[in-house]
Amino acid sequence: MPTSLIDADSVLAIEIGTVSTRVILFDVVEGRYRFLGQGVVPTTLGAPINDVSVGVKEALDQLHAITGRVMFNADGQFVVPSQPNGTGVDACVATVSVGPPLKVVAIGLLEDVSTDSAKNLASTTYAQVVETMSLNDRRDTVERLDTILQRRPDLIVVAGGIEGGAKGSVLNLLEAVGLACYLIPKEQRPEVLYAGNSELVKNVQESIGTLANLHIAPNVRQSYESEQLTPSQPALAQIFRLVRSRQIKGIEEVDQWTGNHLLPAATAFGRTIRYISKEYAHTHKGVMGIDVGASATTVASAFSGDLRLSIHPGLGLGENLPEILNQCPLADIMRWVPVDVSENYVRDYIQNKAVFPTSLPVTTDELAIEQAIACQAILLAVRQASKSYPPELPGSLPGLLPWFEPIIASGSVLTKAPSRSQTLMVILNGLQPTGVTTIALDRNNLAACLGATAGVTPLLTIQSLDATNFVNLCTVISPLGKAPIGTPILRIRLTSNDAIVSEMEVQNGDLTAINLAVGQTGTLHLTPLHRFDVGMGGLGRGGTVKVIGGMLGVVIDARGRPLRMQAEPSKRRELLNKWQEIVSSGQH
Amino acid sequence: MQVQITHILSGATIRRERLMPTGGRIVARRGQQVNPADVVAEAIVRPEHLLLDISRGLGLPPSEVDHYIQRRAGDEVGEGDVIAGPVGIARRVVRTPRSGTVVIAGGGQVLLELEGVFTELKAGYTGVVADIIGDRGVVIEAVGSLIQGVWGNGKIHYGLLNILAHSPDEMVTHAMMDVSLRGSVVMGCYCEDERVLTSAEELPVRGMILASMDSALVPTAFSVSYPIMLVEGFGNLPMNQDAYNILTSSSMREVSVNAESWNRIANTRPEALVALPDGVLPKALTDSAAYTVGQTVRVVSPPYKGMIGTLTNLLPGLSILASGLRAQAAGVRLVNGDTVQVPLANLEIIG
Repeated sequence: MPTSLIDADSVLAIEIGTVSTRVILFDVVEGRYRFLGQGVVPTTLGAPINDVSVGVKEALDQLHAITGRVMFNADGQFVVPSQPNGTGVDACVATVSVGPPLKVVAIGLLEDVSTDSAKNLASTTYAQVVETMSLNDRRDTVERLDTILQRRPDLIVVAGGIEGGAKGSVLNLLEAVGLACYLIPKEQRPEVLYAGNSELVKNVQESIGTLANLHIAPNVRQSYESEQLTPSQPALAQIFRLVRSRQIKGIEEVDQWTGNHLLPAATAFGRTIRYISKEYAHTHKGVMGIDVGASATTVASAFSGDLRLSIHPGLGLGENLPEILNQCPLADIMRWVPVDVSENYVRDYIQNKAVFPTSLPVTTDELAIEQAIACQAILLAVRQASKSYPPELPGSLPGLLPWFEPIIASGSVLTKAPSRSQTLMVILNGLQPTGVTTIALDRNNLAACLGATAGVTPLLTIQSLDATNFVNLCTVISPLGKAPIGTPILRIRLTSNDAIVSEMEVQNGDLTAINLAVGQTGTLHLTPLHRFDVGMGGLGRGGTVKVIGGMLGVVIDARGRPLRMQAEPSKRRELLNKWQEIVSSGQH
Repeated sequence: MQVQITHILSGATIRRERLMPTGGRIVARRGQQVNPADVVAEAIVRPEHLLLDISRGLGLPPSEVDHYIQRRAGDEVGEGDVIAGPVGIARRVVRTPRSGTVVIAGGGQVLLELEGVFTELKAGYTGVVADIIGDRGVVIEAVGSLIQGVWGNGKIHYGLLNILAHSPDEMVTHAMMDVSLRGSVVMGCYCEDERVLTSAEELPVRGMILASMDSALVPTAFSVSYPIMLVEGFGNLPMNQDAYNILTSSSMREVSVNAESWNRIANTRPEALVALPDGVLPKALTDSAAYTVGQTVRVVSPPYKGMIGTLTNLLPGLSILASGLRAQAAGVRLVNGDTVQVPLANLEIIG
């Protein structure tokens, strides 16, 4: 039974991913939430089962074998809250990332203003914008109607009209939406999310409310200058839940266990990152979470509680993998491959991986290719995500990542890599952080699950955001500036307990690792040369920074930003392998 | 844990849904014997619409117009038919510029649905119509040698099977594409030459079954009008011996190639069904099974990709792979006699 301090004692978290379904049981032991056990099975979306709840129940069987906890009563009903006989749990949360991206038609008044906002809003869930419409596209109502009927979207996002702005034009655009909904059979009608001028809400409800599955959200474009996506995300999460319940057998049942609070995994991941950003507000830097999954790559960037969520189904490592070749040339992936394989081989690998998305890289060559693809997926996802960042962030320079503290990495390709140095190289090459930042690894892939539990028991989330689950990989210092390769650009002295642990001079182009035992605190004294910026408040400004030893010590990444790779393949591979060895040298 | 079985069988009875993208008219009846070319359903797809502004046409305010609209929702109209009016001394009318069906009439406007593209759905298989699925399509029950593939270009057709390959790893060359292949379904092993696909389009052939293909050919494969099915995948992969034997012993038999994409949610995957040779009895299909010792399995990823073997043992706990990853694995004795360790995630049960 719940205690006075804790809202709900036992919590079951369910994650239905593209590859795996996982159930995790938390309970209070000695006044603190503890991880009691988990069950993991392959997701049962596809043939022969075609019902995700079957996989969830298999995972619960595993959990029962480990913990002895019985979740179902004699009638086979899931029990929540728990009963005095110990059956069931006090709360159940669930996240879902499995399934095809939602097909979205994004509608706005002006193509590069509100239509962009509608597209950006769609990118905060697992969605693919299949069509955009705006006043500028010169289509009439009937052409728009026919386009919607042909596209058969799952969701139509309508933005448009700043507060106090245009009204008639918005309603004209909605005419096609209303007609389309009228013509589409009721059970196949798309969800419609109106996130435009709030003065029109009543008119919108009157004009299409009876025809469409209409949802209302706050205006994403209150003014020309500002875009506010976060307030609309609960409505979008609700729509995702409804569409997935219709599309995928078993989702509705699991959703009922959660009291209809099932969340998109990326939304839950974003919640966790937003929470951490509030805790780190004193650093005046953002917090970034990057999750490389089979269904999508998710970038959650939060600035003192202001979350910018960006989900990229086209950059998932599963069935959609070939989509990455539409977003970049193959050569952009090849630059991260440290083994001697041909472009054809890598392209074949990508296509074969899409055919067998759950297959694992057996050889070191395949693993290297998969990690190179992950690296490029991160780079592309972050490049797109950064377009939504607030202006004038600390460390913000055109085309470069602003300062973040910390950066949290999640997803099996990163957390299950055979060595932490491989994980770090994928992150460093993909993200190319600037300034001073800590790289943490969500080693049990709990970030999304903890975002979901925050809704029912925030204490569980708070108590689980610790070094057990989020391991410190390293502190990275990335000096920025211009100097010929090989020029000394930074002097470093690392002290711990007043003793000098390490002292060195870093040259431009170097990647260097300094040993500092896990958990050991130290002070880095940084003296930049040639007006290099090390994130201490300006060009050429040095200072001291407290660091805690991570699994890979402290890394100085002076390879330059953006990172320019050798054109000659053999030299490039040699360099990639050398960097890997260097970061391995700091490993504990 | 149940996993899906990939079928490579010399004789099987299958039931396949054939569906139109939209509702229409089913022209086949339950129990009817059909050939692949027989039409089983038809529909008008992708209809266009036309919005007529009756208010403007009659020169009246919208609030006064509805009274003059002569047609109602559901009415069919021909080109030039009067749809509203007459009004005033000049007896102004609005005529329909094209024939179609009135969808909505009111508020001063009429929405017409114009005739779209007439589409016929063919049976695709030789078999019997086992069921009717509303106004969307039929279920066909068919008997034949079944080879399920891993990738398809989304097309479907049928024809007599013409064997180009002399060994499971022979490359299909441009020079092989001669006029004798016209109208047939060709079976080759590896293709890396775009000209093979384009020449086949020009002949034209009715389908192509390959073991594997260079992934650079994917855009071309999608652009051709005939079905292309890959049995193994991308890269230079030989065809597994079971599929090779079935196909090469079926020369000049009728084969249906349904190269639809592998969709695990919709339960579709590319497949070829060859008319059954005399004396072969079809087996009842089992769609899923748990991994057990003695099963025939296929490895789906390097370094043994495409190789068939027998599952010899399920390894306890997690095994460390050569890449360093840890995964549940099994021992597999390959057809070449080697016994190797393969993660379960990289195995398919063949049956």
